[in-house]
Amino acid sequence: MSLRNLFNKRASAPTARDRLQLILAHERAGAGGSDLVMLLREEILAVIAKHVTVERDKVQIRLERGKDMSTLGVDIELPVTAAPKPPAKPPAKVPAKASSKRAAA
Amino acid sequence: MAKVLVVTSGKGGVGKTTTTAALGAALAQAGQSVAVVDFDVGLRNLDLVMGAERRVVYDLINVVNGDAKLNQALIRDKRLENLSLLPASQTRDKDALTDEGVAKVMDELREKFDWVICDSPAGIERGATLAMRHADLAVVVTNPEVSSVRDSDRIIGLLDSKTLKAERGEIMEKHLILTRYDPARADRGDMLKVDDVLEILSIPLLAIIPESLEVLRASNVGCPVTMNNPLSAPARAYIDAVRRLKGDPVPMTVPSDKKSLLNKLFTRRAA
Repeated sequence: MSLRNLFNKRASAPTARDRLQLILAHERAGAGGSDLVMLLREEILAVIAKHVTVERDKVQIRLERGKDMSTLGVDIELPVTAAPKPPAKPPAKVPAKASSKRAAA
Repeated sequence: MAKVLVVTSGKGGVGKTTTTAALGAALAQAGQSVAVVDFDVGLRNLDLVMGAERRVVYDLINVVNGDAKLNQALIRDKRLENLSLLPASQTRDKDALTDEGVAKVMDELREKFDWVICDSPAGIERGATLAMRHADLAVVVTNPEVSSVRDSDRIIGLLDSKTLKAERGEIMEKHLILTRYDPARADRGDMLKVDDVLEILSIPLLAIIPESLEVLRASNVGCPVTMNNPLSAPARAYIDAVRRLKGDPVPMTVPSDKKSLLNKLFTRRAA
Protein backbone atom coordinates (compact mmCIF):
# COMPACT_ATOMS: atom_id res chain seq x y z
CA MET A 1 0.00 0.00 0.00
CA SER A 2 1.41 3.38 -0.89
CA LEU A 3 1.43 6.38 1.41
CA ARG A 4 -1.07 8.05 -0.83
CA ASN A 5 -3.49 5.22 -0.33
CA LEU A 6 -3.06 5.53 3.40
CA PHE A 7 -4.06 9.16 3.46
CA ASN A 8 -6.55 9.09 0.67
CA LYS A 9 -8.86 6.48 2.13
CA ARG A 10 -12.46 7.52 1.65
CA ALA A 11 -15.32 6.20 3.71
CA SER A 12 -17.23 3.57 1.77
CA ALA A 13 -20.40 3.42 3.86
CA PRO A 14 -21.97 6.57 2.35
CA THR A 15 -21.50 5.02 -1.09
CA ALA A 16 -23.24 1.87 0.12
CA ARG A 17 -26.13 3.90 1.49
CA ASP A 18 -26.57 5.93 -1.70
CA ARG A 19 -26.41 2.88 -3.93
CA LEU A 20 -28.96 1.07 -1.81
CA GLN A 21 -31.36 4.01 -1.76
CA LEU A 22 -31.19 4.27 -5.50
CA ILE A 23 -31.65 0.61 -6.32
CA LEU A 24 -34.41 0.10 -3.76
CA ALA A 25 -36.39 3.12 -4.94
CA HIS A 26 -36.22 1.56 -8.37
CA GLU A 27 -37.09 -1.96 -7.23
CA ARG A 28 -39.98 -0.89 -5.03
CA ALA A 29 -41.60 0.91 -7.93
CA GLY A 30 -40.35 -1.47 -10.58
CA ALA A 31 -42.18 -3.98 -12.71
CA GLY A 32 -42.09 -6.87 -10.26
CA GLY A 33 -42.86 -4.51 -7.44
CA SER A 34 -46.22 -3.02 -6.93
CA ASP A 35 -49.59 -3.52 -8.50
CA LEU A 36 -50.64 -0.22 -7.00
CA VAL A 37 -47.97 1.74 -8.83
CA MET A 38 -48.78 0.02 -12.11
CA LEU A 39 -52.49 0.69 -11.67
CA LEU A 40 -51.92 4.34 -10.79
CA ARG A 41 -49.62 4.70 -13.75
CA GLU A 42 -52.21 3.38 -16.18
CA GLU A 43 -55.02 5.54 -14.77
CA ILE A 44 -52.91 8.69 -14.63
CA LEU A 45 -51.83 8.08 -18.22
CA ALA A 46 -55.45 7.67 -19.27
CA VAL A 47 -56.49 10.95 -17.64
CA ILE A 48 -53.61 12.85 -19.23
CA ALA A 49 -54.26 11.28 -22.60
CA LYS A 50 -57.70 12.90 -22.62
CA HIS A 51 -56.12 16.33 -22.81
CA VAL A 52 -52.59 16.00 -24.13
CA THR A 53 -50.57 13.37 -25.83
CA VAL A 54 -47.65 12.30 -23.74
CA GLU A 55 -45.21 9.52 -24.33
CA ARG A 56 -45.47 6.64 -21.92
CA ASP A 57 -41.85 6.80 -20.86
CA LYS A 58 -42.17 10.49 -20.03
CA VAL A 59 -44.34 9.60 -17.06
CA GLN A 60 -42.51 8.44 -13.97
CA ILE A 61 -44.20 7.22 -10.85
CA ARG A 62 -42.35 6.49 -7.66
CA LEU A 63 -43.57 5.25 -4.34
CA GLU A 64 -41.22 6.05 -1.50
CA ARG A 65 -41.71 4.45 1.85
CA GLY A 66 -41.40 6.46 5.04
CA LYS A 67 -41.93 5.61 8.67
CA ASP A 68 -45.51 6.80 9.08
CA MET A 69 -46.46 7.42 5.50
CA SER A 70 -45.23 6.90 2.00
CA THR A 71 -44.83 9.50 -0.69
CA LEU A 72 -46.10 9.06 -4.19
CA GLY A 73 -44.08 11.07 -6.68
CA VAL A 74 -45.46 11.65 -10.17
CA ASP A 75 -43.22 13.26 -12.80
CA ILE A 76 -44.88 14.07 -16.09
CA GLU A 77 -42.87 15.58 -18.86
CA LEU A 78 -45.27 17.49 -21.09
CA PRO A 79 -44.30 18.01 -24.73
CA VAL A 80 -44.05 21.72 -25.56
CA THR A 81 -45.87 21.35 -28.85
CA ALA A 82 -48.65 19.03 -27.85
CA ALA A 83 -50.04 21.21 -25.10
CA PRO A 84 -53.52 22.59 -25.74
CA LYS A 85 -54.88 26.10 -25.17
CA PRO A 86 -53.01 27.38 -22.11
CA PRO A 87 -49.48 28.20 -23.22
CA ALA A 88 -47.09 25.34 -22.91
CA LYS A 89 -45.20 25.13 -19.68
CA PRO A 90 -41.84 23.56 -19.14
CA PRO A 91 -41.94 19.98 -17.86
CA ALA A 92 -44.35 19.99 -14.95
CA LYS A 93 -43.65 18.41 -11.63
CA VAL A 94 -46.69 17.20 -9.81
CA PRO A 95 -45.84 16.03 -6.34
CA ALA A 96 -48.68 14.10 -4.79
CA LYS A 97 -48.98 12.45 -1.46
CA ALA A 98 -50.63 9.21 -0.68
CA SER A 99 -50.76 7.64 2.74
CA SER A 100 -50.61 4.18 1.36
CA LYS A 101 -48.53 1.43 2.80
CA ARG A 102 -45.35 0.14 1.19
CA ALA A 103 -45.44 -1.10 -2.35
CA ALA A 104 -46.18 -4.73 -1.78
CA ALA A 105 -44.65 -7.31 -4.03
CA MET B 1 -52.98 -16.26 23.46
CA ALA B 2 -49.84 -17.49 21.78
CA LYS B 3 -47.80 -15.22 19.58
CA VAL B 4 -46.27 -16.58 16.40
CA LEU B 5 -43.05 -14.83 15.44
CA VAL B 6 -41.14 -15.48 12.23
CA VAL B 7 -37.40 -14.85 12.02
CA THR B 8 -36.61 -14.08 8.40
CA SER B 9 -34.09 -12.22 6.23
CA GLY B 10 -34.05 -13.15 2.57
CA LYS B 11 -30.30 -13.54 2.52
CA GLY B 12 -28.63 -16.60 4.03
CA GLY B 13 -25.94 -16.56 6.68
CA VAL B 14 -26.99 -13.35 8.41
CA GLY B 15 -27.97 -14.98 11.71
CA LYS B 16 -31.57 -16.21 11.47
CA THR B 17 -30.92 -19.50 13.25
CA THR B 18 -28.69 -17.90 15.89
CA THR B 19 -31.39 -15.28 16.46
CA THR B 20 -34.19 -17.87 16.64
CA ALA B 21 -32.27 -19.90 19.23
CA ALA B 22 -31.27 -16.81 21.23
CA LEU B 23 -34.74 -15.22 21.27
CA GLY B 24 -36.38 -18.56 22.05
CA ALA B 25 -34.01 -19.26 24.92
CA ALA B 26 -34.23 -15.70 26.28
CA LEU B 27 -38.04 -15.84 26.27
CA ALA B 28 -37.93 -19.20 28.02
CA GLN B 29 -35.39 -17.85 30.52
CA ALA B 30 -37.92 -15.08 31.21
CA GLY B 31 -40.50 -17.72 32.14
CA GLN B 32 -42.48 -18.01 28.91
CA SER B 33 -43.25 -21.35 27.31
CA VAL B 34 -41.65 -21.37 23.90
CA ALA B 35 -41.48 -23.58 20.81
CA VAL B 36 -38.83 -22.92 18.17
CA VAL B 37 -39.74 -24.38 14.79
CA ASP B 38 -37.26 -25.06 12.00
CA PHE B 39 -38.79 -24.43 8.56
CA ASP B 40 -35.56 -25.02 6.66
CA VAL B 41 -36.55 -28.40 5.25
CA GLY B 42 -33.57 -30.23 3.77
CA LEU B 43 -31.03 -27.93 5.43
CA ARG B 44 -32.01 -28.05 9.07
CA ASN B 45 -29.62 -26.49 11.54
CA LEU B 46 -31.66 -25.20 14.44
CA ASP B 47 -31.28 -28.64 16.09
CA LEU B 48 -27.49 -28.27 15.92
CA VAL B 49 -27.44 -24.71 17.24
CA MET B 50 -29.75 -25.79 20.09
CA GLY B 51 -27.60 -28.86 20.83
CA ALA B 52 -30.43 -31.32 20.16
CA GLU B 53 -29.16 -32.92 16.95
CA ARG B 54 -28.84 -36.38 18.46
CA ARG B 55 -32.33 -36.35 19.91
CA VAL B 56 -34.29 -35.84 16.67
CA VAL B 57 -36.72 -38.70 16.04
CA TYR B 58 -39.66 -37.15 14.24
CA ASP B 59 -39.82 -33.83 12.46
CA LEU B 60 -42.17 -31.14 11.13
CA ILE B 61 -42.96 -33.10 7.96
CA ASN B 62 -43.82 -36.24 9.92
CA VAL B 63 -46.31 -34.17 11.91
CA VAL B 64 -47.68 -32.41 8.82
CA ASN B 65 -48.22 -35.79 7.14
CA GLY B 66 -49.79 -37.29 10.23
CA ASP B 67 -47.00 -39.88 10.66
CA ALA B 68 -46.28 -38.58 14.14
CA LYS B 69 -48.11 -36.60 16.80
CA LEU B 70 -46.84 -33.12 17.61
CA ASN B 71 -45.85 -34.26 21.10
CA GLN B 72 -43.71 -37.04 19.68
CA ALA B 73 -41.80 -34.65 17.45
CA LEU B 74 -41.28 -31.84 19.97
CA ILE B 75 -37.88 -32.03 21.70
CA ARG B 76 -37.80 -30.53 25.15
CA ASP B 77 -34.63 -28.62 25.92
CA LYS B 78 -32.48 -30.29 28.57
CA ARG B 79 -31.51 -27.02 30.20
CA LEU B 80 -34.85 -25.19 30.08
CA GLU B 81 -37.96 -27.28 30.49
CA ASN B 82 -40.28 -24.62 29.02
CA LEU B 83 -38.33 -24.50 25.74
CA SER B 84 -39.10 -27.00 22.95
CA LEU B 85 -37.80 -27.56 19.45
CA LEU B 86 -39.71 -28.81 16.43
CA PRO B 87 -37.00 -29.83 13.97
CA ALA B 88 -37.22 -29.74 10.18
CA SER B 89 -36.74 -32.84 8.07
CA GLN B 90 -33.26 -33.35 6.72
CA THR B 91 -34.12 -35.86 4.02
CA ARG B 92 -37.32 -34.58 2.46
CA ASP B 93 -37.71 -31.45 0.40
CA LYS B 94 -39.85 -28.44 1.13
CA ASP B 95 -42.59 -29.47 -1.31
CA ALA B 96 -43.57 -32.05 1.30
CA LEU B 97 -45.02 -29.20 3.37
CA THR B 98 -48.69 -28.61 2.56
CA ASP B 99 -50.50 -25.38 3.36
CA GLU B 100 -53.23 -27.17 5.30
CA GLY B 101 -50.76 -29.38 7.15
CA VAL B 102 -48.67 -26.42 8.29
CA ALA B 103 -51.81 -24.50 9.30
CA LYS B 104 -52.91 -27.42 11.46
CA VAL B 105 -49.51 -27.73 13.18
CA MET B 106 -49.39 -23.99 13.83
CA ASP B 107 -52.87 -24.07 15.39
CA GLU B 108 -51.80 -26.90 17.66
CA LEU B 109 -48.59 -25.09 18.64
CA ARG B 110 -50.57 -21.93 19.45
CA GLU B 111 -52.61 -23.87 21.98
CA LYS B 112 -49.58 -25.31 23.76
CA PHE B 113 -47.15 -22.40 23.97
CA ASP B 114 -46.93 -18.69 24.76
CA TRP B 115 -44.52 -18.10 21.89
CA VAL B 116 -43.94 -19.98 18.64
CA ILE B 117 -40.77 -18.84 16.85
CA CYS B 118 -40.40 -19.94 13.24
CA ASP B 119 -36.90 -20.06 11.77
CA SER B 120 -37.31 -19.26 8.09
CA PRO B 121 -35.07 -20.66 5.37
CA ALA B 122 -33.16 -18.16 3.26
CA GLY B 123 -34.63 -17.08 -0.05
CA ILE B 124 -38.11 -15.99 -1.07
CA GLU B 125 -39.40 -19.38 -2.19
CA ARG B 126 -42.09 -21.57 -0.77
CA GLY B 127 -40.20 -22.50 2.42
CA ALA B 128 -39.76 -18.85 3.35
CA THR B 129 -43.33 -17.85 2.52
CA LEU B 130 -44.72 -20.82 4.48
CA ALA B 131 -42.60 -19.90 7.51
CA MET B 132 -43.99 -16.34 7.54
CA ARG B 133 -47.55 -17.24 6.52
CA HIS B 134 -49.05 -17.69 9.99
CA ALA B 135 -46.94 -15.12 11.81
CA ASP B 136 -48.37 -12.41 14.06
CA LEU B 137 -45.12 -10.52 13.98
CA ALA B 138 -41.81 -10.72 12.16
CA VAL B 139 -38.19 -10.18 13.07
CA VAL B 140 -36.11 -9.25 10.04
CA VAL B 141 -32.44 -10.11 10.56
CA THR B 142 -30.07 -7.88 8.61
CA ASN B 143 -26.30 -7.39 8.40
CA PRO B 144 -25.01 -3.84 7.79
CA GLU B 145 -24.06 -4.81 4.27
CA VAL B 146 -25.62 -3.93 0.89
CA SER B 147 -26.82 -7.35 -0.25
CA SER B 148 -28.38 -8.17 3.09
CA VAL B 149 -30.22 -4.83 3.27
CA ARG B 150 -31.53 -5.23 -0.25
CA ASP B 151 -32.81 -8.74 0.44
CA SER B 152 -34.41 -7.61 3.69
CA ASP B 153 -36.28 -4.95 1.76
CA ARG B 154 -37.63 -7.65 -0.51
CA ILE B 155 -38.68 -9.80 2.45
CA ILE B 156 -40.49 -6.84 4.04
CA GLY B 157 -42.48 -6.57 0.81
CA LEU B 158 -43.43 -10.25 1.10
CA LEU B 159 -44.39 -9.87 4.77
CA ASP B 160 -46.77 -7.10 3.72
CA SER B 161 -48.36 -9.14 0.96
CA LYS B 162 -47.99 -12.92 1.33
CA THR B 163 -48.90 -13.46 4.97
CA LEU B 164 -52.37 -14.35 6.27
CA LYS B 165 -52.33 -11.15 8.28
CA ALA B 166 -51.61 -9.04 5.19
CA GLU B 167 -54.30 -10.88 3.21
CA ARG B 168 -56.81 -10.07 5.93
CA GLY B 169 -55.88 -6.41 5.45
CA GLU B 170 -54.14 -6.14 8.81
CA ILE B 171 -50.73 -4.61 9.35
CA MET B 172 -47.91 -7.07 9.93
CA GLU B 173 -45.80 -5.99 12.89
CA LYS B 174 -42.15 -5.99 11.81
CA HIS B 175 -38.95 -5.50 13.78
CA LEU B 176 -35.35 -5.21 12.70
CA ILE B 177 -32.46 -7.01 14.37
CA LEU B 178 -29.17 -5.73 13.04
CA THR B 179 -26.53 -8.43 13.48
CA ARG B 180 -22.74 -8.47 13.21
CA TYR B 181 -22.57 -4.75 13.87
CA ASP B 182 -19.21 -3.20 14.57
CA PRO B 183 -19.54 0.34 15.99
CA ALA B 184 -15.87 1.14 15.42
CA ARG B 185 -16.05 0.30 11.72
CA ALA B 186 -19.32 2.21 11.38
CA ASP B 187 -17.70 5.25 13.03
CA ARG B 188 -14.81 5.05 10.58
CA GLY B 189 -17.28 5.09 7.71
CA ASP B 190 -16.48 1.56 6.61
CA MET B 191 -19.80 0.03 7.60
CA LEU B 192 -23.39 1.15 7.17
CA LYS B 193 -24.55 2.87 10.35
CA VAL B 194 -27.64 1.78 12.28
CA ASP B 195 -29.46 4.92 11.14
CA ASP B 196 -28.59 4.28 7.49
CA VAL B 197 -30.17 0.83 7.64
CA LEU B 198 -33.20 2.12 9.57
CA GLU B 199 -33.73 4.93 7.11
CA ILE B 200 -33.60 2.56 4.18
CA LEU B 201 -35.78 -0.22 5.60
CA SER B 202 -38.15 1.97 7.66
CA ILE B 203 -39.06 -0.63 10.25
CA PRO B 204 -38.51 -0.24 14.00
CA LEU B 205 -35.27 -1.47 15.54
CA LEU B 206 -35.54 -4.32 18.03
CA ALA B 207 -31.85 -4.86 18.78
CA ILE B 208 -28.29 -4.34 17.60
CA ILE B 209 -26.22 -7.49 17.98
CA PRO B 210 -22.53 -6.64 17.98
CA GLU B 211 -20.05 -8.80 16.10
CA SER B 212 -18.74 -11.18 18.72
CA LEU B 213 -16.76 -14.37 19.18
CA GLU B 214 -19.42 -15.50 21.63
CA VAL B 215 -21.88 -16.29 18.83
CA LEU B 216 -19.54 -18.84 17.25
CA ARG B 217 -18.57 -20.17 20.66
CA ALA B 218 -22.21 -20.78 21.51
CA SER B 219 -22.98 -22.59 18.25
CA ASN B 220 -19.78 -24.65 18.61
CA VAL B 221 -21.13 -26.15 21.80
CA GLY B 222 -24.79 -26.23 20.75
CA CYS B 223 -26.14 -23.76 23.27
CA PRO B 224 -28.11 -20.57 22.52
CA VAL B 225 -25.86 -17.59 23.22
CA THR B 226 -28.20 -16.22 25.91
CA MET B 227 -27.74 -19.43 27.90
CA ASN B 228 -24.12 -20.15 27.06
CA ASN B 229 -22.84 -16.79 28.29
CA PRO B 230 -25.69 -14.58 29.46
CA LEU B 231 -23.35 -11.70 30.29
CA SER B 232 -21.71 -11.56 26.87
CA ALA B 233 -22.50 -8.63 24.58
CA PRO B 234 -24.68 -10.54 22.06
CA ALA B 235 -26.57 -12.28 24.88
CA ARG B 236 -27.33 -8.97 26.58
CA ALA B 237 -28.52 -7.56 23.24
CA TYR B 238 -30.87 -10.52 22.69
CA ILE B 239 -32.15 -10.39 26.27
CA ASP B 240 -32.95 -6.68 25.79
CA ALA B 241 -34.69 -7.57 22.50
CA VAL B 242 -36.94 -10.00 24.35
CA ARG B 243 -37.79 -7.40 26.98
CA ARG B 244 -38.77 -4.99 24.21
CA LEU B 245 -40.88 -7.69 22.56
CA LYS B 246 -42.71 -8.09 25.85
CA GLY B 247 -43.42 -4.36 25.88
CA ASP B 248 -40.70 -3.23 28.28
CA PRO B 249 -39.20 0.08 27.16
CA VAL B 250 -35.47 -0.65 27.26
CA PRO B 251 -33.10 2.04 25.98
CA MET B 252 -31.29 0.99 22.81
CA THR B 253 -27.56 0.34 23.23
CA VAL B 254 -24.86 -1.60 21.48
CA PRO B 255 -23.57 -3.88 24.23
CA SER B 256 -19.83 -4.38 24.22
CA ASP B 257 -17.49 -7.09 25.41
CA LYS B 258 -14.58 -4.74 25.38
CA LYS B 259 -13.32 -3.58 28.70
CA SER B 260 -12.10 -0.12 29.42
CA LEU B 261 -8.47 0.29 30.33
CA LEU B 262 -9.35 0.85 33.97
CA ASN B 263 -11.41 -2.30 34.01
CA LYS B 264 -8.60 -4.24 32.44
CA LEU B 265 -6.18 -2.99 35.04
CA PHE B 266 -8.32 -3.61 38.05
CA THR B 267 -10.23 -6.78 37.30
CA ARG B 268 -8.64 -10.15 37.08
CA ARG B 269 -10.33 -12.45 34.61
CA ALA B 270 -14.03 -12.37 35.13
CA ALA B 271 -15.60 -15.81 34.97
